[in-house]
Amino acid sequence: MSVLIYAENAEGKFKKSIFEAVSYARAIADQTHTSLVAVSIGNVSTADLAALGKYGAEKVLNVSNDKLKDFVNQAYASVIAEAAKKENADIVILSNSFSGRGLTPRIGVKLQAGIADGAVDLPQQQDGRFTVKKTAFSGKAFATVEISSANKVISLTPNSYKIVEKGGTAAIEDFSPEIKETDFKAMIKEIVRSADKVSLPDAEIVVSGGRGLKSPENWKMLEDLADLLGAALACSKPVSDAGWRPHSEHVGQTGIAVSPNLYIAVGISGAIQHLAGISSSKVIVVINKDADAPFFKVADYGIVGDAFEVVPKLITAIKQYKASA
Amino acid sequence: MKVLVCISNVPDTTTKITFTDNNTQFNTAGVQFILNPYDEIALARAIELTDGGNGSVTVINVGESNTEPTIRKALAIGATDAVRINAKPHDAWFVAYQVAQYIKGNPFDLILTGRESIDYNGSKVAGMLGELLDLPSVSIIKKLDINGDKATIEREIEGGKEVLTVPLPFVAGTAEGVAEPKIPNMRGIMSARTKPLQVIDPVEVKTFSEITGYKTPEPRGQVKLIPSDDPAKLVELLHAEARVI
Repeated sequence: MSVLIYAENAEGKFKKSIFEAVSYARAIADQTHTSLVAVSIGNVSTADLAALGKYGAEKVLNVSNDKLKDFVNQAYASVIAEAAKKENADIVILSNSFSGRGLTPRIGVKLQAGIADGAVDLPQQQDGRFTVKKTAFSGKAFATVEISSANKVISLTPNSYKIVEKGGTAAIEDFSPEIKETDFKAMIKEIVRSADKVSLPDAEIVVSGGRGLKSPENWKMLEDLADLLGAALACSKPVSDAGWRPHSEHVGQTGIAVSPNLYIAVGISGAIQHLAGISSSKVIVVINKDADAPFFKVADYGIVGDAFEVVPKLITAIKQYKASA
Repeated sequence: MKVLVCISNVPDTTTKITFTDNNTQFNTAGVQFILNPYDEIALARAIELTDGGNGSVTVINVGESNTEPTIRKALAIGATDAVRINAKPHDAWFVAYQVAQYIKGNPFDLILTGRESIDYNGSKVAGMLGELLDLPSVSIIKKLDINGDKATIEREIEGGKEVLTVPLPFVAGTAEGVAEPKIPNMRGIMSARTKPLQVIDPVEVKTFSEITGYKTPEPRGQVKLIPSDDPAKLVELLHAEARVI
């Protein structure tokens, strides 16, 4: 028995959410006194692979077959399942990224494993029962999932588990499982990724705008605030429905669920559907000129005022704070 | 082209979520149920793709008779016919297994689901169907175009998108952007009553997971208001007190 963690890479690099997942997997392996093996698919440097040892991976299976250099859902799921079988892993961990969500269900079926997707905490293993806490109802509640199968797959919500550095380097082992030709039916034509922008599901800080901003031309100050804080940009549903901002920024019950350390909402009233998407935020700041806006009821800090006056002043205040820090 | 759209019956988005039976059951008292918003997008795209006599759209739901109003809504929006597998949707695996069994006896060129249901947010059914039927699956797509026997798809990734081609048949989970949800017109509403809705029995399958309890998030404390002319105070609090910057 062991734990396997799929270390997803983006253009050959591991992101913070992957180090979180390795730390999480390490803690699970420690719970049952078993080992942790990572599997990486694609072109990742030896140094980066070995560095997974810092977060507790004892070994990394390196799948560098050229056919697998770009993500192919069906093929990657087969590779990860083969890695699990090779390592006798009864628990498979993934980060609940967009790619992770495509892989988790297929791996679950291949391994006849119960799945806890979007976990927010370590599993509880007591009295022979294995339970995991995850969010439900699009962030309006939590659910405890009990997995009864021998094999288990857990996908971890980004920014839910703190990275733990244990020090050490992982051994690297080349792994080349047989993959069916029919696993390669989907073919990538193009990948479009802006490397400089912070991705919303992973973001530690989010700056979000609503209808109170009145028009898309007024987003510059939010972009400036986000840049200053290293934050991702988000918006409410009416804003993305109106085409002011892309759907990928829509946070809410029918958009993205975020779990940042800090969520700054500007000109958003706080409808129940929007609140669902941000309920896992650690600290919420609301800036709105309407003192009765429902959002203030769930805010930790608030400023009642005109966004067009408050945000520029806030930007100045942050610049001053950074200069003096 | 024969399209299958998997639909689920979910609490409407304004619902305040509460639990009963010692926090082990979702409290359905007074709750309005709707067609899952992402499934509406899948259905709209399926109707667009088969428009003008270019095929059919079957909707399938795993649920008990309480889901029939939602199924009729899907028929009113424009689905050709419907199937209800008469069972409580225990979890995504149970649902996917039932639907896969149906598909094995009734093949389709394209199988769509919403990217996730807004009650359990699993994003699992599309991938499970793909695996059970040995078909490619793409979860969370933003764009779907079909040219003959091949599809060009845009898939959401962190900070961008991926463009890929997939041969039919395949499974995909639709997100916002694939299509605008369709509002049923009068003719649709009238015809929904007589369009075929077949009810079939579920097959036995072992399940691997169960939700044993729920919790509502802890209510947050009172908001600390900062005067609008003193944003430096907010910065100080975020740094020294909240420790988030």
